Amino acid sequence: MHATATYPEPVLRRVKVPAPIALLGAAEAPLDESTTKIATEHVSIRYGRFVAVRDVSLQIRERSIMALIGPSGSGKSTFLRCFNRMNDLIPGAKVEGQVCLDGENVTDPDVSVVELRRRVGMVFQRPNPFPMSIYENVAYGPRRRGMNGRRQLDELVETSLKRAALWDEVKDDLRRKSGLALSGGQQQRLCIARVLATEPEVILMDEPASALDPVSTLRIEELMRELRKAYTIVIVTHNMQQAARVSDVTAFFTMAEDRAGYLVEVGPTGRIFTRPTERLTEDYISGRFG
Amino acid sequence: MSASTTPSLHLRGSRRSILADRAATVVLWGTGAFVLLLLGSIIVHFGIAAWGVVSPSFVLSDPSDTALGGILPILWNSIYMLGLTMLIAVPVGILGGIYMSEYAGDNKLTEAIRFAEEAISSVPSIVVGLFGLILFVDNFHMGFTALGGALALTMFNLPLMTRLSEQALRAVPQDERSASLALGATKWQTIQHVVVPLAIPGLVTSIILTAGRVFGEAAVLLFTAGLATPAHYDFTNFNLGDPASPWSPLRPCTTMAVYIYKLQSEGLGIYVSKVVDGSAAILISMVLAFNLGARLVGRLLTRRLTAA
Repeated sequence: MHATATYPEPVLRRVKVPAPIALLGAAEAPLDESTTKIATEHVSIRYGRFVAVRDVSLQIRERSIMALIGPSGSGKSTFLRCFNRMNDLIPGAKVEGQVCLDGENVTDPDVSVVELRRRVGMVFQRPNPFPMSIYENVAYGPRRRGMNGRRQLDELVETSLKRAALWDEVKDDLRRKSGLALSGGQQQRLCIARVLATEPEVILMDEPASALDPVSTLRIEELMRELRKAYTIVIVTHNMQQAARVSDVTAFFTMAEDRAGYLVEVGPTGRIFTRPTERLTEDYISGRFG
Repeated sequence: MSASTTPSLHLRGSRRSILADRAATVVLWGTGAFVLLLLGSIIVHFGIAAWGVVSPSFVLSDPSDTALGGILPILWNSIYMLGLTMLIAVPVGILGGIYMSEYAGDNKLTEAIRFAEEAISSVPSIVVGLFGLILFVDNFHMGFTALGGALALTMFNLPLMTRLSEQALRAVPQDERSASLALGATKWQTIQHVVVPLAIPGLVTSIILTAGRVFGEAAVLLFTAGLATPAHYDFTNFNLGDPASPWSPLRPCTTMAVYIYKLQSEGLGIYVSKVVDGSAAILISMVLAFNLGARLVGRLLTRRLTAA
């Protein structure tokens, strides 16, 4: 027996993946050197008296993928939900500090959450298409902001489904087939198409592949690398290989003695997974904790 | 089967639990069968009793027309009363349900509303009728009117309608609301386009149950819509202000259930029991038809609203 385990990659080989995505060192791909898309400053989130996230400051660059990793209960999903103010829906939840989108503080009570959520889309852990036709699922967001033209909608539905790499599989029964009749992986890509149709700038993904099989997972990852060219993506994941494969920057969260989540370190994914500066990060990624 | 070391599949030790299992199956099946039998025997009884009474002319003629008499005006009144009550109760009930499920939250006010809902639902209907008599007939000087009856029925039914609508709306998974809100839909858009369409089967059930009570209710209407047997309705009279017009909400409006009560308690003549049986059979058929119809409409609506 060898002391070190080798990781077989049968699934990776069987699926046709475009060359740049197949490379595990996705993090080595050059980052868009443009601007900071999202910046948080001293963000703390409480549910009543319970502190879920404490004092997190980080920046997310435009057209990059940031992965939030860490054990369950480290507050990474809660933190993700403050970017589109989904925490507003939880009674008693309170966000302190600043969350800036293009320099504008989104926690400001004057900010329109409707407008914010159009610019910052979200894909949930469990695929949750509406019990409507595929077409109506994708057209849902545009319709709600008043788009009614048949041709305009048709076009948007088609481009969104194409970008989500689902078009070829569903184009023949867009209107007849319910979104719920698709497979799990297809449903998640439909949810991504639904988000793309609202023409967002940022896409938040809360463990988007945790309910999917390995092949579907890889397709979602492939898609994320493709979408990175046009969108800023923040993903919460429990799967460290996934973070290593898709993200440019990784932020590691853990929780303190009092169970409050906090940020341990953030940096280019390649460095976090090879030379983490914090002992806690090293323990986590090498599997000694969490 | 021989005395070997391998355990037999015919275990004696589990006999008790197998017996309990069988007993439970028998009892539960029996209960279900009993309920069906009850419904079946009511239908069969009135089917037989009404045999020879119910005919197109019985349904389509006036009480005074022939020796037996018909029920057309009373049948019309039942349908009219149902329509009028539903016109008031359905929008208010569903909007109330939306308020309770989507906006109210849990606080002192909603606690008070829920208490009132339960309290009103358990008030005997004869008392509600009496209240309607005092309020609408006397205080408002309306006399016995369809409108007064419909308002009293609404008072009686609204709590149930609101509660059932609230439950139907609450049963829509939170995930669906989150998905819609995350796409930049407003709260009202989410309610309109996701929550209500998904709750339609439950909302239809709430409408059916309320409608069933309207069809069947006699006590509330005795004192509010009146007991008079209408002689003849001129359906071409659309003058809503004319108490003789069958379309007017401001006229006495004796419904089937009230008519049956009236005939059974004070009716004289050789044909009374036949008319009662016939009316009962028609009333039952109407309730069943309404049930099936409402379910069909609900299914069509769901299809239309969720996959337009």
